[in-house]
Amino acid sequence: MSEPSASGHATAESAPAYGLIAEFQTPNALVKAARAAREKGYRKLDAYTPFPIEELTDALHLHHNRLPLLVLLGGLTGGALGYLLQYFVTVIYYPINVGGRPLHSWPEYFVITFECTILFAGLTTVLGLLGLCGLPMPYHPVFNAKRFALASRDRFFLCIESEDPLFERQKTAQFLESLDAKEVSEVAH
Amino acid sequence: MTAQTSVDFRVSDGLRSDLGRWRTRALIVGVIGMLAMAAGLLVFHQPFQFYQSYLWAFLFVLGLAVGPLAWLMLQYLTGGAWGVVIRRPAEAAARTLPLVLVLFLPIIIGIPNLYPWAHPAVVAADRVLTHQAPYLNYRFFLLRALVYFFGWMFLSYYFNRWSLVEDRDGPAKAHGKMSFLAGPGVIFWSLSVTFMSIDWVLSLHSQWFSTMFGLLFMVGQGLTSMAFLIALLVALQARAPMSQVLTKRHFHDLGKLMFALTMVWAYFSYSQFLIIWTGNLPEEIPWYLSRTNGGWGYIAMGLVLFHFALPFSLLLSRDLKRNAKLLRNVAIFVLFMRMVDLFWQVTPYFYGSAFHLSWMDIAAPAGLIGIWLAYFFIQLEKRPLMPLHEPNLEEALNHGRE
Repeated sequence: MSEPSASGHATAESAPAYGLIAEFQTPNALVKAARAAREKGYRKLDAYTPFPIEELTDALHLHHNRLPLLVLLGGLTGGALGYLLQYFVTVIYYPINVGGRPLHSWPEYFVITFECTILFAGLTTVLGLLGLCGLPMPYHPVFNAKRFALASRDRFFLCIESEDPLFERQKTAQFLESLDAKEVSEVAH
Repeated sequence: MTAQTSVDFRVSDGLRSDLGRWRTRALIVGVIGMLAMAAGLLVFHQPFQFYQSYLWAFLFVLGLAVGPLAWLMLQYLTGGAWGVVIRRPAEAAARTLPLVLVLFLPIIIGIPNLYPWAHPAVVAADRVLTHQAPYLNYRFFLLRALVYFFGWMFLSYYFNRWSLVEDRDGPAKAHGKMSFLAGPGVIFWSLSVTFMSIDWVLSLHSQWFSTMFGLLFMVGQGLTSMAFLIALLVALQARAPMSQVLTKRHFHDLGKLMFALTMVWAYFSYSQFLIIWTGNLPEEIPWYLSRTNGGWGYIAMGLVLFHFALPFSLLLSRDLKRNAKLLRNVAIFVLFMRMVDLFWQVTPYFYGSAFHLSWMDIAAPAGLIGIWLAYFFIQLEKRPLMPLHEPNLEEALNHGRE
């Protein structure tokens, strides 16, 4: 996101585009194209679809990200906090003898420890997801693509970003066209 | 790679020789175990030990036969590719019930060696047992056992019969028949397993009771049979026809079910423990005192760590559930822990907090499981390994393919 500046017009032709986007009519064509692009060596690519497509996750190799680790850490933090909360309340602040049970009655702590684990893990999932996706994001160049509104209706898009080391405007456009794309267009920044 | 419906689902020659070899091995182990058990009873004259070991080992084998029946009925209710691929093994396991009924006979003979309510003098001296006598007596106990076995064997007969009709004439009539009885069948299963657990295990002691007990046995059977079916499918996958059927997605789905049941088992076990530990009542707490002290305490801790924590952590991984060999190893480990759990539940009824492991606790499961497996492989061989006209067959074959 560069600021619009006086030099913007002068360099418009050579300014790097955000990427090239290809439009597909069926989810299968998109999955095939995504796989082909991965095989070709492209790494900076993303797909946009009106509904989740499970195979796409495999095709784009999106399984491994940092979210599970964040959720694990969030859960462990929550569990530790829940346990310590009960420990401080029942052992240190209000050491009350209930029916002769030990003050540190750890078997009873599990319910709240578990609930806090789930609560924190759940919150970390939501917030971590937003954070890793870079949301909220008031501007994204992909919306500059002409027919992109259709991505929430009945069309499937694959975008190869210009940051990809293999990205070359001509070659990449030709490659995308060879994948049965209905239309290939450039996405401006 | 599109799966073809023209795949021949009959047991291939290669698999037939595999099954034959597995059957022989199982039979050898089973016969040795049974001979050792017979020696324990007749040569070493240890009838009490014989029946005590036999009881928990029998409960494990019962889970192998009745649990798959529950999965079979459940998959008619829910649908899904996982259900189609376990249909034939589950049907074969249910067909072993006549053998399981025969294996139950020693427990009937051993009632006086196992249950306090079988002795009139003991009953007369114990007010609780006197109250329980209208329910816990020879005749009614046998009648209930008969009802359980009759129900299970009827369901097994019904689902196997209509499955055969479906193979022959198509699903038009047969599939509706099976779906129709699946719901009532699952209800019968849950009630029968609940009452069975009360009759055969809970009545080993007159005072202690728990409303969680039936649920624990239901989830135990579900987990035992799911782990067994997974291990079996991985073994079958090496040869045609299952090598052309099973994909990572199938194992992923079945692994998720095993994962869920591991958690449900932990949830039920902990619920029962928490309520009794908190209540700390003199008629309830001894059950846990004897099972968490002395040697049993190590077993209890082992159950927490290896029946729950370890399989739970491993099965969290998506990659592991999609790796058939690793999933099989976890499944076999879960099966072992199921036996430890039953051993831990049953044995302290007789010995209290003193840890007790007899050589018959190894001979009994070896004998019973060996014999059962040999019979199971005979049943498995008899029919094609996939239902030929299952309405969702195509979908199940394409599960995880493009």
